[in-house]
Amino acid sequence: MSVVTYTSKRALYSVISLFGLSVLVFVLARVLPGNPARLALGPNASQAAVNALIAELHLNAPLPVQYWYWISGIFTGNWGISLVTHRNVIIDVEQFLPATLELLITAAIIDLLLAVPLGLVAGRMENTYVDNVVRIVSYIGIAVPSFVVAILLQLTLGYGLHLFPIIGQLSPNFSAPPHITGLYVVDAVLTGEFGTAANAIWHLILPSFALALGPLAQEARILRSAVVENQNSDFTLAETARGFPERTITMKYLLKPSLIPMITIYALDVSSMIANAFLIELIFNWPGFSRYGLNAMLSKDLNAIIAVVVIAGILFVIANTLVDVTVGYLDPRIREQVGG
Amino acid sequence: MTSAIEDIHISRRIVHHYGRYWYRFKKNKLSMIGLGTILALLLIAILAPWISPYPSSAGLYVNFAQALRAPSLAHPFGTDEIGRDVMTRVMFGFRYSFSLVGVVLGITVVPGVILGLVAGYYMRRWFSVVIMRTADIFVAVPALLLALSVASVLKPTEINVMMAVSLVWWPWYTRLVYSSTSSLRNEDYVKAAELIGASPSHIMFSEILPNLLGSILTKISLDAGWVILIGAALSYVGLGAPAPTPDLGTMISEGSSYLPSVWWITLFPALAVVLVILGFNLLGDGIKDMFSSSIR
Repeated sequence: MSVVTYTSKRALYSVISLFGLSVLVFVLARVLPGNPARLALGPNASQAAVNALIAELHLNAPLPVQYWYWISGIFTGNWGISLVTHRNVIIDVEQFLPATLELLITAAIIDLLLAVPLGLVAGRMENTYVDNVVRIVSYIGIAVPSFVVAILLQLTLGYGLHLFPIIGQLSPNFSAPPHITGLYVVDAVLTGEFGTAANAIWHLILPSFALALGPLAQEARILRSAVVENQNSDFTLAETARGFPERTITMKYLLKPSLIPMITIYALDVSSMIANAFLIELIFNWPGFSRYGLNAMLSKDLNAIIAVVVIAGILFVIANTLVDVTVGYLDPRIREQVGG
Repeated sequence: MTSAIEDIHISRRIVHHYGRYWYRFKKNKLSMIGLGTILALLLIAILAPWISPYPSSAGLYVNFAQALRAPSLAHPFGTDEIGRDVMTRVMFGFRYSFSLVGVVLGITVVPGVILGLVAGYYMRRWFSVVIMRTADIFVAVPALLLALSVASVLKPTEINVMMAVSLVWWPWYTRLVYSSTSSLRNEDYVKAAELIGASPSHIMFSEILPNLLGSILTKISLDAGWVILIGAALSYVGLGAPAPTPDLGTMISEGSSYLPSVWWITLFPALAVVLVILGFNLLGDGIKDMFSSSIR
């Protein structure tokens, strides 16, 4: 099965998952207690106004009909009005999503850059003190909730040592770069404002590290056990017997198969970072999408909640499709299994 | 007579197996630390009303004269902004954490496992496809996010938080059991059972399920940590048990506004959360090693 057929097959599965997710979100929003029209207008609105909104939103129609109206609205850019910002939710998404994406991308990079060497070294030096240090670090990473990590980082590296800024995206003496992609670092580099870019990166480090610590701890452990398993296998023995340098064996023949189980978890972890970003953005006062989503939840802003869940689902599906394709590239046997 | 002898034989064999499993579990010091931690914390949670220093601090209680006292002999973990003993509230906080774990896993594991068994055994039938696709959809949204969304729309009560977390938890068991069942169903012993006319339910529950116990138990123990983590995160943003119920996540969040000078209101509940999650993880790893055939 060629990589192209395989990729398109995975993409088709993703579309089916997204359709199912949209049904789930819609059903949750309609089945949960509370009349959406009453929630939207607040307890002081007149019954006539509520009835008018019910008619406008087709809330008296059968559920499949309501779903049709809702999903065609999603596709035509009509995501409903947010109760908090009083704007179409899609405009809010455009405004707040880039800051969160910037955080997630940085966290995903930190995650990978630390998890791979940690797992590889621990596996290669199995049962030495290096392995034990990595094991302790990963237990701590798994057991300490990301919001506690965030608070501790703020206290120690922020308040205590003044190494990093405590809150926000930029220092007050910097202004936001011109809007191109919405990602501050990228926009600043594109417009040649390298000082602003450096300042933005400086602000990104603590929150993204807080987001990445738990996932990277888990992934380092998974990579370690895959490395341990593969280095005791016949193919490694054969390579050692042939006199390949240790470096070649580790970096070329051991890393590639060992990465597969880790990458699957990596995708799950990166896409679920958007949920942990809810707490991290709150703690670091980060003007992102997750903080927007949290405000929406606390004020029962149904349209905005739906938007957040849908966006998170889309991110998940994108991450997973990318990983499926990567794993298919790393291991041709998996491409074959999906065929038929 | 023969059946009685067989019974004795079987029960001896089980005891023998349990002994071996326990021996393997015991060998690993970290697993024992995990088991000890969880048992100790569970005991503290159960006995909290009797062994905590100031049981009244767990309820509606205000004593401004004693507010924001640093840790001392009278208050080992200090007092909070309205004079409640932090140590007492941490001890009671474990009750909420453990009951969240108990309820969520209690109502999700059994249906999740049954759905996975059915879907795996009847692979490629329409209801199997429906079950697995539905599970995939639930998995496509991060558990914490889905739980947050559901909890935010419901009224903030303990039961609703438990319902919200449960709703997002079952698919993981279904997927785990499905993937093992769908490979085990082609094993010779399953074919043999089918040939002599064993019923599907006998094959699923008596032939296949016992082989999955190890991975299910491991997942339960590791998940207990995750459930506590999600519960703490929900409480941290204000979607947890309503006041004045002692809740570790709420305590961390309320205490963090007094940081950095008043650190004890935040630090001790945070350490408590870390301790209980660490305990469940060590325990889970111990169970995993106990069932894995490779001897290290």
